[in-house]
Amino acid sequence: MAELTPAAADAAPGQEWRPPSYWPFVVPALVVVLAVIVFPWAFTIWMSLNEWKVGTPTTFVGFANYLRMPNDPRFVEAVGHTLLYTGLSVLLPLILGTFAAVVFHAKFPGRGFLRGVFIMPMMATPVAIALVWTMMFHPQLGVLNYLLSLVGLPPQLWVFHPGTVIPSLVLVETWQWTPLVMLIVLGGLAAIPTEPYESAQIDGASVWQVFRYITLPLITPFLFIAGMIRMIDAVKSFDIIFAITQGGPGSASETINLYLYSVAFIYYDLGYGSAIAVIFFLLIVAMAALMLHLRQRMMWTEIGSGA
Amino acid sequence: MTNHLISRRSVLAGTAAAGALSLTGFPARAEVNWKKYAGTKLEVILAKGPRGDNLQKNIKEFTELTGIQVESEQIPEQQQRQKAVIELASGKPSFDVVHLSYHVQKRQFEKAGWLADISGYMKDPNLTAPDLVESDFSAAGLQYAKNDKGQMLSLPWSVDYFILYYNKELFQKKGVAVPKTSDEMVAAAEKLTDAKDGTFGFVGRGLRNANMTLWTNFFLNAGGEFLDAKGGILTDGPEAIEATKLYQTLLTKVAPPGVAGFNWMESMASFTQGRSAMWIDGVGWAPPLEDPAASRVVGKVGYTVVPRGSKGQYSATYGDGIGIAAASKNKEAAYLLCQWVVSKKQGARLLQAGGGVPFRNSVLNDPEIQKDVKNKEWLQSVIDSAKISKLGLPVIIPVAEFRDLVGAALTSTLSGADPATELKKAHEQFRPILERSEKA
Repeated sequence: MAELTPAAADAAPGQEWRPPSYWPFVVPALVVVLAVIVFPWAFTIWMSLNEWKVGTPTTFVGFANYLRMPNDPRFVEAVGHTLLYTGLSVLLPLILGTFAAVVFHAKFPGRGFLRGVFIMPMMATPVAIALVWTMMFHPQLGVLNYLLSLVGLPPQLWVFHPGTVIPSLVLVETWQWTPLVMLIVLGGLAAIPTEPYESAQIDGASVWQVFRYITLPLITPFLFIAGMIRMIDAVKSFDIIFAITQGGPGSASETINLYLYSVAFIYYDLGYGSAIAVIFFLLIVAMAALMLHLRQRMMWTEIGSGA
Repeated sequence: MTNHLISRRSVLAGTAAAGALSLTGFPARAEVNWKKYAGTKLEVILAKGPRGDNLQKNIKEFTELTGIQVESEQIPEQQQRQKAVIELASGKPSFDVVHLSYHVQKRQFEKAGWLADISGYMKDPNLTAPDLVESDFSAAGLQYAKNDKGQMLSLPWSVDYFILYYNKELFQKKGVAVPKTSDEMVAAAEKLTDAKDGTFGFVGRGLRNANMTLWTNFFLNAGGEFLDAKGGILTDGPEAIEATKLYQTLLTKVAPPGVAGFNWMESMASFTQGRSAMWIDGVGWAPPLEDPAASRVVGKVGYTVVPRGSKGQYSATYGDGIGIAAASKNKEAAYLLCQWVVSKKQGARLLQAGGGVPFRNSVLNDPEIQKDVKNKEWLQSVIDSAKISKLGLPVIIPVAEFRDLVGAALTSTLSGADPATELKKAHEQFRPILERSEKA
């Protein structure tokens, strides 16, 4: 006992009181997260509460920058443009991509090669694509109007008219990102078991019925993922719009992103720009939440209808 | 006797040296101590273009003259403006000398106090060659370079006048005379337009923001003034509506389709392809128009002043200058560089290459220099425009917002919107921005 006690006394603090040795390992990650995510965010919010213009002293103005937004027609219009642009550039690639996936899922000679060709637009740099499309959109010299003239249609103004600019930009976006949706849905199709199709065949279902009542429900989760990725991409789209129209003609294709860029880096109004960034972020979060909510509900109905 | 001889010889040598110096552009009488700052290193930030090229190409001469080393970089205009502003606002710019666009940045730079006052240097004979005097700069140049207290904050470098380019061949084919008034211009453009053939009477900037530089020329010719005595903006008054109607007529009835998205580049493409008969833009485009590799209208281009409007005839004027960052530690050396940049020799090179027009009358009006300008008709249009020059944009801080908002209004008139309504809407948005900027 007398001999053991000192040893036990020595060991006891080491065994019972463990210094929090895991903390040092968390620190690097914590520092990085604080420095590149938390700090910029906090600072953006702080800037948005100030009248902050490059070259002039800053003053605290509370929510004045946020109150400016509803009365700023350019901002309101930009929100509209963003929603329209996003909506169209989610829907069209989803529809076309699903169709392409169904086509490329069937077995036919040269399928691998054609699949490869089909996903090529995705690999190109958006700005380079934008420049090429700008040339194709040219009302006098562009190839698109030439093609229209071959089938007897009148020339269009494409990105040079406020009424057609957003659909034309969506065309580029769709052309580039349909392959991504196709790839995701193709993966989904590969995972579907063959039994339902066999029984449908026995029951004499038409091609459309097979697609509508078997394929579509089974690939819905994949469509959701594709939709989510497309939405995030489309809502923050900047390069294609900036390179082709810079938000024009006038401000007909100015999305929040482009307006935000102008406010912060051309008008040097960092306070107002930050406020727009905060609202833009909330909008993205809201849209993502809506998508997740829809997905959740969809799952319930699936299980419900299955039961 | 010997002493006299030696002194006479040294006098002769001195004269020869002065002569040599005057050849390099400095008719200095040995008063300016060019070598005083030898060994200093200067950083210069330039906007990409012929001015920057002209500086970089010949900078060795400056280093030989002064012993000052110069590091310079050319950045595309938009990015250069951004970079300069952000660095100057930080208080520790990485450059000593900055190339600035007066029509966009004058008020902003003045209000923020980013540029060093060089009025004192200009009066110092140890720093300034005798031929560099304020009165040598054109009125527009001084208006740009001086603040309201009359201090010189930069040296005016190159001026941009708006002129009318026209295709002589197309004019001859249709038997149309060169227009002297805006009404004649519209009539001529109508005659020259042949949509089936793909030929149009007029082309110009339709793109938002860029289009303001063209529109303001019409605005000035309609008798417009940008600001009232209190600094309020006036670009939605009757003159503005008249200008917008002219702009709308020209760009919708007699211009190529898609002009709403045209900047100078697309306009120039249409003109060099011989598809547009008239084009109003800055003076700097003669070299590409006369370049056989890039143009189909070489030798067929006429140059003249912008036709007269209902209330006057002006050439909308823009310009750039070169100034010294207030935070620079090498202001005197930087001043020597600025002085060299606007020197007679550098100015002559710029003019003769067609890459810009010096603000200095002694350069523009020097027959020796004029002799070596190949394109005499172009030179004449420049000289004539100088006489009717008027600043093409209001001198305010939020120039970019002004150009974007009013420019967008103009662009929407191209798809049929009513000029008065659009201008009113744009100014409702712009007025609070202007007030806020002046208040701060």
